[in-house]
Amino acid sequence: MSILVIAETRNGELKKASLSAVTCAKILAEKTGLNYNILTFEPSEKAKEELSQLGAEKVFVAKGEHLKNYTAENYAIAVSEIAKKVDAKYILATATTFGKDLLPRLVSKIPNSAMISEVIEVIDAETFKKLVYAGDIISTLKIKSEKKILSVRGTAFDKAGKVDKKSDVVEEEIKENYTRKRFITLEETKSERPELTEASIVVSVGRGIKDPENIKIVEELADVLGAAIGASRAVVDAGWLPNDFQVGQTGKTVAPQLYIAIGISGAIQHVAGMKDSKVIVAINKDPEAPIFQIADIGLVADLFQVVPELTQKLKKLKQESAG
Amino acid sequence: MKILVPVKRTQDPYVKVRLKPDGSGIDTSNIKYAINTFDEIAVEEALRKKEEFGGEVVVVSVGTQEWTEQIRVALAMGADRGILVDTGGKYIDHVILAKVLAKIIEEEKPDLVIMGKQAIDDDANQVGQILAGLLDWPQATFAYKVEVNLQDRKAKVIREVDGGLETVEVDLPAIITADLRLNQPRYASLPGIMRARQKPLKTIKIEELGVDLTPYVTIEKLETPPPRKAGVKVKDVDELIEKLKEKKALPF
Ligand SMILES: Cc1cc2nc3c(=O)[nH]c(=O)nc-3n(C[C@H](O)[C@H](O)[C@H](O)COP(=O)(O)OP(=O)(O)OC[C@H]3O[C@@H](n4cnc5c(N)ncnc54)[C@H](O)[C@@H]3O)c2cc1C
Repeated sequence: MSILVIAETRNGELKKASLSAVTCAKILAEKTGLNYNILTFEPSEKAKEELSQLGAEKVFVAKGEHLKNYTAENYAIAVSEIAKKVDAKYILATATTFGKDLLPRLVSKIPNSAMISEVIEVIDAETFKKLVYAGDIISTLKIKSEKKILSVRGTAFDKAGKVDKKSDVVEEEIKENYTRKRFITLEETKSERPELTEASIVVSVGRGIKDPENIKIVEELADVLGAAIGASRAVVDAGWLPNDFQVGQTGKTVAPQLYIAIGISGAIQHVAGMKDSKVIVAINKDPEAPIFQIADIGLVADLFQVVPELTQKLKKLKQESAG
Repeated sequence: MKILVPVKRTQDPYVKVRLKPDGSGIDTSNIKYAINTFDEIAVEEALRKKEEFGGEVVVVSVGTQEWTEQIRVALAMGADRGILVDTGGKYIDHVILAKVLAKIIEEEKPDLVIMGKQAIDDDANQVGQILAGLLDWPQATFAYKVEVNLQDRKAKVIREVDGGLETVEVDLPAIITADLRLNQPRYASLPGIMRARQKPLKTIKIEELGVDLTPYVTIEKLETPPPRKAGVKVKDVDELIEKLKEKKALPF
């Protein structure tokens, strides 16, 4: 018996978010005495190297022409084959859109299995905590199926670090091909800025920005700080920023060192995605805005005045500290 | 084209949910109920496809008698008929729910199932994918745009994923789960509400479906997360920067 962690790659590169699932696997390994294996798809040489340094029993690479592009259907076939091989009692992945799409598909492939989504804490071998009601409530769940599938909330577990011991990397050819779904394209959001879920500073923008033209005010602040840009649903719905900028219950979950919410009211669905940030700053002209209830530092002001001023003063500070 | 839409009754998304003072469960005294936000989007999408291709939209709920209220709303929006699988209040987990829906689907044989990507109460985001697996149908989750080609029995779906927008093609029948930006659901009109009263709504007892009702996943405890400590308000940008320095929150 063992634990199987699925590590996600994009364009060959290991997604850092997957390292949270590895940490969760380590905690489970300690509680159960089981070893953990890692399974990945289409890794670059660098990603293989990184994965082999995470203390896994083995690193499996599933191979197949039909696995070049992700589909839940084909990846689920591969995962269930490897899970069988290593007699996986637990299957874990981080709850990115990849993990959210893929993991529940496994339930029908793996006899006597069930799943818990977005685990934030491991209590014991079959008891886990997760947030419900957009984070208003914490639920403790017990999972009694023989095989347990867990998606892991990235922000709730540290990213696993390197260990000295190196794991063997094993390639596994997967033959079965599900043909009733075809990948067509991925239109990637291109950005020079850090990835939202990995950035240590996030500058997030809400409807208060009023016009897509004004987003540059926020971008300038983000660039001084080396920050990623996030957004409320309102901004994404309006088409002012791409969908994968959305922070919240149904968007991304972030927990950076510093989160600056600009012109965001602080609806529970937004707060659900950022309230574990270390320091929260809110800039909003409405003193009653709910965002101030969770902000460590609040500034009641017109963002069009104070954000450019903040950017200028931080720029100066940055130059001084560099010089 | 026949489209089936599973619908869940959940809390109104804009009210804060609290526990009962003794922590034994959710305090439902102040809760208003609605169709789960994502399911409402799924109903809307099904109606648009029906408008395009003709056919029938069937709404299914697995819950208690009270849930007929939400089924009636979907019928008032324009769905043709409803099915309530009556649980009698019995707790069911996601695997049981997916198995129950699979039974209904085997019976109804829809060309397409459109459902919400997640319920805003348990925030699980599992049922569509489990169901697709059980039926061995293709799945297109987190849908942002759906184009059906009925002649070729295919659908092209644009999905909201972490890196951007992904396009996939699925053969019908398929499971599609709706994301927020798929559409803007219509309101039920008054004539719609009147008509909904006449539309067929069948009740089936969950026990009649022959699904094992022993849950794998059970809720042990509910609790309120510790509140974030209230912070300070600053008067201007200079003071904001001072505070940021104090908290060592700046990278320079
Ligand atoms: C099922 C469901 C899921 C959802 N998921 C998400 C999610 O994942 N993420 C998310 O963000 N939302 C989500 N929402 C939406 C959420 O409920 C709110 O509607 C949304 O977060 C509001 O965005 P906002 O704060 O930008 O806009 P608003 O609520 O309109 O707030 C704008 C704020 O800007 C301030 N403002 C205006 N002008 C200025 C100015 N000149 N200077 C300073 N401040 C100014 C205003 O005082 C106001 O507080 C979801 C909703 C539902 C129902």
